[in-house]
Amino acid sequence: MRNRSFFLLTALGFGFAFLYLPILLLIIYSFNENRLVTVWSGFSTQWYGELLRDDNILDAAWVSLRVAFFSATISTALGTIAGMVMARFGRFKGRTLFSGMLSAPLVMPEVITGLSLLLLFVALEGLIGVPQGRGVSTITIAHATFTMAFVAVIIQSRLSQMDESIEEAALDLGARPAKVFFAITLPIISPALVAGWLLAFTMSLDDLVVASFTSGPSSTTLPMVVFSSVRLGVSPKINALATLLVLVAALTILIAAWFMRRQESQREKEAAAASAEQDRF
Amino acid sequence: MSERVMDDDAGLRDGGLADAAPPTDGEARAGGLGRWLSARLRRGGRGLVIAIPYTWLLLFFLLPFAIVAKISFAEYQLGIPPYTPLVEWAEDTYLRITLAIGNYQFLLEDPLYIEAYLGSLKMATVSTILTLLVGYPMAYGIARAKPSTRNVLLLLVILPFWTSFLIRVYAWIGILKSNGILNNFLMWTGIINEPLPLLYNEFSVYLGITYSYLPFMILPLYANLEKLDKTLLEAAADLGCRPWKTFLTVTLPLSLPGIVAGSLLVFIPAVGEFVIPDLLGGPETLMIGRVLWSEFFNNRDWPVASAVAIAMLVFLVVPIMIFQHYQAKGEKR
Repeated sequence: MRNRSFFLLTALGFGFAFLYLPILLLIIYSFNENRLVTVWSGFSTQWYGELLRDDNILDAAWVSLRVAFFSATISTALGTIAGMVMARFGRFKGRTLFSGMLSAPLVMPEVITGLSLLLLFVALEGLIGVPQGRGVSTITIAHATFTMAFVAVIIQSRLSQMDESIEEAALDLGARPAKVFFAITLPIISPALVAGWLLAFTMSLDDLVVASFTSGPSSTTLPMVVFSSVRLGVSPKINALATLLVLVAALTILIAAWFMRRQESQREKEAAAASAEQDRF
Repeated sequence: MSERVMDDDAGLRDGGLADAAPPTDGEARAGGLGRWLSARLRRGGRGLVIAIPYTWLLLFFLLPFAIVAKISFAEYQLGIPPYTPLVEWAEDTYLRITLAIGNYQFLLEDPLYIEAYLGSLKMATVSTILTLLVGYPMAYGIARAKPSTRNVLLLLVILPFWTSFLIRVYAWIGILKSNGILNNFLMWTGIINEPLPLLYNEFSVYLGITYSYLPFMILPLYANLEKLDKTLLEAAADLGCRPWKTFLTVTLPLSLPGIVAGSLLVFIPAVGEFVIPDLLGGPETLMIGRVLWSEFFNNRDWPVASAVAIAMLVFLVVPIMIFQHYQAKGEKR
């Protein structure tokens, strides 16, 4: 018995070291004075200063944030409707095609998604003149399309766990379906909505391949700038950027985890209070 | 476009059928005209709700593939767009349709494409196995930890997933390159005298894929192992079974669904991977996603890139979807 837990502890130790050591080294060497990233010569924060003066990177970050915000919002709206259709609408003509189109992006290689959307945009421009060239709007549409599948999966699984009798009760009491959706279903699945939006936002912010295909000359996203710089080799500025990105992600996750934990304990308290109330009668 | 309209109509009609079955109390009271009106409205609403995501997917998911398929039958030409039209009016009198199957012939004749396809399958298979070997003990360890530690460990597994993928791949370049951190360290300790070739080969690609997709393996495995009925293990121990044998005969077979789920989550994106082989791989690391990318961006040959995409779809994506479909069916049963 002791043997096995020793083995498991070692596996966990090595596993987490494997996961975190590269990130840790990245952060440490972002404070390196030397231009050769991997040769330590002294502590310095000069690369952070240079990063903040680099208009290329700042512009690209702004493009990425805008694309991520709008595409996550569109994809959450569409994904929620699609998840709702899959979980609650039963059979309808064309359902097989719909569920196929909805789940295919989950397994579709990014290069195919990117290429096909670019060719669509080019063909549409040739036929009807819209979109004029490619830029933020085409990247946003592309990102919304491939992230909505992930949102739909989250919403659908949340809906299938949810107690349907509440919705049925509201319908029986004469509420219109739209009202039931906005007054009952939506508030109950709101945590899944937030999770879906955050996932779509992160995936959009992180995407290199689809954005490279669907972007135009004036709209370079942050991953595209990082990629073209990394292809030329390591650079201390990218290390500084990476450190900031990791910091933001870690803070967001920790805040979200803390928030969810608080909500859960509140819910438990309420449940305990309710059952205590019941016991009295 | 006409297909879309037809489908919306079908949605409306069908929606009506499904909804017509149990009339609610409100409808029954409203009587003839009101009832007809509200049913009509609801039918329309239902159809509209289905139509919104349906239209989006038809326009931005299905139609693009039709265009890719079309262009894969065109020929390369200098100009904008850089391919020949498939259908054109010859002397304004009759339609001429030219299907060039040369692109597909080219894929078969040039060994590059088949090698890249097989290379992708090999790379993805090996790295999936590596990820499983690293991920399984970790998932098992997390499932066996105290509930309070468990949440922290899970958070630690998920955290890298939310940080930039590109950045995590980049981190390995600094570690593995010939004057990188690992080589510097090994030379400083005197284990080696000259730098090892760690970067720009298959080894670094395996490492990169395993590193990037490890959370995808751990999470489904953990979800499966956590549900494992502990009394079965106790029973095996009571009956004198050794821990290793219990693991092999009880735990491992029971966790098979988790292994399949995790492996698929790693294998599928790894097969079409572009970033990792491009940044960490050498020139001899052939993967199909990278071939498509260079065909499009470096050679600017849209028709061949389209043909590669269609071939990937037929020989990669469709088999995976069929497998997943039957696997999901099998689990329900």
